[in-house]
Amino acid sequence: MNPTEAYYESSRCLFCYDAPCVQVCPTHIDIPLFIKQIQTGNISGSAKTIFESNWLGNACGKVCPTDVLCEGACVYDNQHVPVIQIGRLQNFATQTMIDEGSNLFKPGEGRNGKIAIIGGGPAGIACACELRMLGYQAVIFEAKDLPSGLTVHGVAPYKITNEEVLAEVDFLQQQLGFEIRYGQEISDQEDLQAIEQEFDAVFLGVGLGATRQLVLPGEDKKNVVGAVEFIEDLRMQHHRIEVPDRVVVLGGGNTAMDAASESARMGATEVTLAYRRSRSEMGGYDFEYELAKSVGAIGLFNVTPLEILGNERVTGIRMIRTSTANGKVVTIPDSEFELSCDMVIKATGQAKQGSFLAMIEGLELDQKKRIVVSSNNYQTTKPKYFAGGDAVNGGAEVVNAAYEGKMAAQGIHRWLESKRE
Amino acid sequence: MPDLSIDFAGIKAPNPFWLASGPPTNSGYQVMKAFDAGWGGAVWKTLGVPIVNVSSRYGSINYRDTRMAGFNNIELITDRPLSDNLHEIEEVKKHFPDHAVIASLMVESRDEWEQIIRDVENAGADGIELNFGCPHGMCERGMGSAVGQEPVVLETIVGWVMEAAKVPVITKLTPNISHIVDPGLAAARGGSDAVSLINTIKSIMGIDLDTYAPYPIVDNKGTNGGYCGPAVKPIALEMVKELAQHPEIRHMPISGIGGIETWRDAVEFILLGASSLQVCTAVMHYGFGIVREMKAGLLEFMEQKGYEKISDFVGLALPNVTEWKHLNLNYKVVAKIDQEKCIGCQLCYVACDDGAHQAIRLIGSTESRVPEIIEENCVGCNLCALVCPVEECITMEHRDQGIAPVTWDELAVRGEIPTTFDDDLAGGKGHHVPRPEEALKFRK
Repeated sequence: MNPTEAYYESSRCLFCYDAPCVQVCPTHIDIPLFIKQIQTGNISGSAKTIFESNWLGNACGKVCPTDVLCEGACVYDNQHVPVIQIGRLQNFATQTMIDEGSNLFKPGEGRNGKIAIIGGGPAGIACACELRMLGYQAVIFEAKDLPSGLTVHGVAPYKITNEEVLAEVDFLQQQLGFEIRYGQEISDQEDLQAIEQEFDAVFLGVGLGATRQLVLPGEDKKNVVGAVEFIEDLRMQHHRIEVPDRVVVLGGGNTAMDAASESARMGATEVTLAYRRSRSEMGGYDFEYELAKSVGAIGLFNVTPLEILGNERVTGIRMIRTSTANGKVVTIPDSEFELSCDMVIKATGQAKQGSFLAMIEGLELDQKKRIVVSSNNYQTTKPKYFAGGDAVNGGAEVVNAAYEGKMAAQGIHRWLESKRE
Repeated sequence: MPDLSIDFAGIKAPNPFWLASGPPTNSGYQVMKAFDAGWGGAVWKTLGVPIVNVSSRYGSINYRDTRMAGFNNIELITDRPLSDNLHEIEEVKKHFPDHAVIASLMVESRDEWEQIIRDVENAGADGIELNFGCPHGMCERGMGSAVGQEPVVLETIVGWVMEAAKVPVITKLTPNISHIVDPGLAAARGGSDAVSLINTIKSIMGIDLDTYAPYPIVDNKGTNGGYCGPAVKPIALEMVKELAQHPEIRHMPISGIGGIETWRDAVEFILLGASSLQVCTAVMHYGFGIVREMKAGLLEFMEQKGYEKISDFVGLALPNVTEWKHLNLNYKVVAKIDQEKCIGCQLCYVACDDGAHQAIRLIGSTESRVPEIIEENCVGCNLCALVCPVEECITMEHRDQGIAPVTWDELAVRGEIPTTFDDDLAGGKGHHVPRPEEALKFRK
């Protein structure tokens, strides 16, 4: 969005009372205010309004499913007037400040307290920013060599570029001065104990793990890949990726949509989105499915895989038709069929970070292996540990992680203060 | 088809849309282009004493996404030699004998007035307009608004002009006075054939927040300019009405000026007593082609209403513009929200609660954001309907009170003017005013 478009678009905002867009935003950004600030030429004030609510404000402007969040709630839609392009306006303000290298924030007055953040994804970065604003020292331990987790590794490339993701983190780090230690996988008790000794609190923003195994015959064949790994490869070594002609994507969530869209964009001529339930039960957003269809993906519903076929390399997939009875998927006898393909992408969910979380004694997980936290301060059952992001919510949007990381920082602050009293 | 032609104080034109004196009438080229585009007349950019201009010259108010909602200028009268202008007036009249060419004039001494009147009459001008309005530059030299603001001086100069002129004379009035009737009466006493108003309003368009200079900026300084454009229309309409209703002024035809951009604006001026219309800012914004919309709309309006000529509806709104004391105190309207049309922005709620009479409440439902009118608290102020962004969503409905109309004036005559606060529409009686502490429930 250029300044002229931002000027006209911002002028359309009605400045609703108790605005629905704010209500549905997980980070409750004062959207009418930041839009009004764009309109009055106060771009730095606008960016401040955004970042103060959401430290990943620029990334969220690009990767948020705005159709089902802020823009989906815009009251204009009730009279079929085009809704305000909130995401793009948000990016206009934040990107302008990032490009200018503006200084919007200063760390808070130094406080006693050093917090370790395990995982440099959106939750961890938001937590670090907020802790710095509160005056604490914050050190992020990141296993990989780039910050911001799935925002850089796992979001479909068309939504946001690596450069954009990294520029925002750099912008925040320049001003707030949190430390990120890369290549720091916490793999044993020794590492963990060292952290516990050095730091006053620990924030777990570890996200989810690798794609879960389907336990299918033939799953180990060449060209059978996990969707998260596929997208990560696309983002990190795009030039080395070759996608064959026929691709089957298993799954019905947004990651499946991303994998299907990207396969088609990478040159696959037949992309099949195979989902075990019906179209209407699909978890992916409608606009994501429409996008996948628009680049050539075809939906195949009520089917589930039985076996991956081929010798060394995948040549097809044997499937069976399903129906849903009382919410459960049942297979239909004698409805097996084979689908030829050169690649299978499993977008059937990520495993939890089970082995890592098991190392932390006293950390309670729920039945789905999500970390249990208190809803008001994101404290875990092990008092020194706080948590947020996918490891807590089971896998949601960047914006949810950004909010939880921020709230956890405030929880840590209150806990440390209460310990001092 | 209705006839748009007019005879304004003896000046004939094929339609009532004239270019006002200003930058669009600076040359014969522009005026001929305008006549070709459909304009009925043009008041030539003011001819007079030699001047020099500054750079820059114009400023504007941009309201949200609307450019030039208001406009101002610090340009002076024509900076082209008088002989060139006279020659071009002659040329234009040759090509467009039926169109009105009016020469706007501004000079100082009686001799100068007499000379320049002879000059423009010889060039073929159909009328003369006296520029007593310019609020910048010329007034510092004792002309323009310096004349318009002094009724005695204005009357004297109109007198000189009337003795010298053979063509009809229009006196153009400045709004930069406390009461428009004073210069209106002076023009009438001086014998002017007609008046035109309003000229521009003395104004500062804004301040540059880096240099602290007012717009338009001339080498880091600025000066008051003349305000015009759509934003000034309400002021112009009121002043036109003042003169059109005045028994000693209303015999003079009025040429309406001030923010006219659409056929609606034109009809409003006519309904308040104008019988020709002058336009400048709209042309400076959109070019001469803007007259297409005005003419088409005016014709459509006349056809729908069954008017054959402009004079059929000049001043028809005047009887309805009265003093406050003649308004019916027993008339009541209340707001109604169309549930189907409401989009739930709740601007009406907050406008009423914060800015008016606490007569709209939220129902606190997660299903619906449609607010509710508290009818017993609604004073019928219109604010909710004005802020509502949806067409015809909030309407004001008449509630028959079952009591005879009464006005303040009638109460006064009957000796029944209230001595206590007992207005049914006010806080404290039939109307609930929240206690001050209730404001604190909104604290987060």
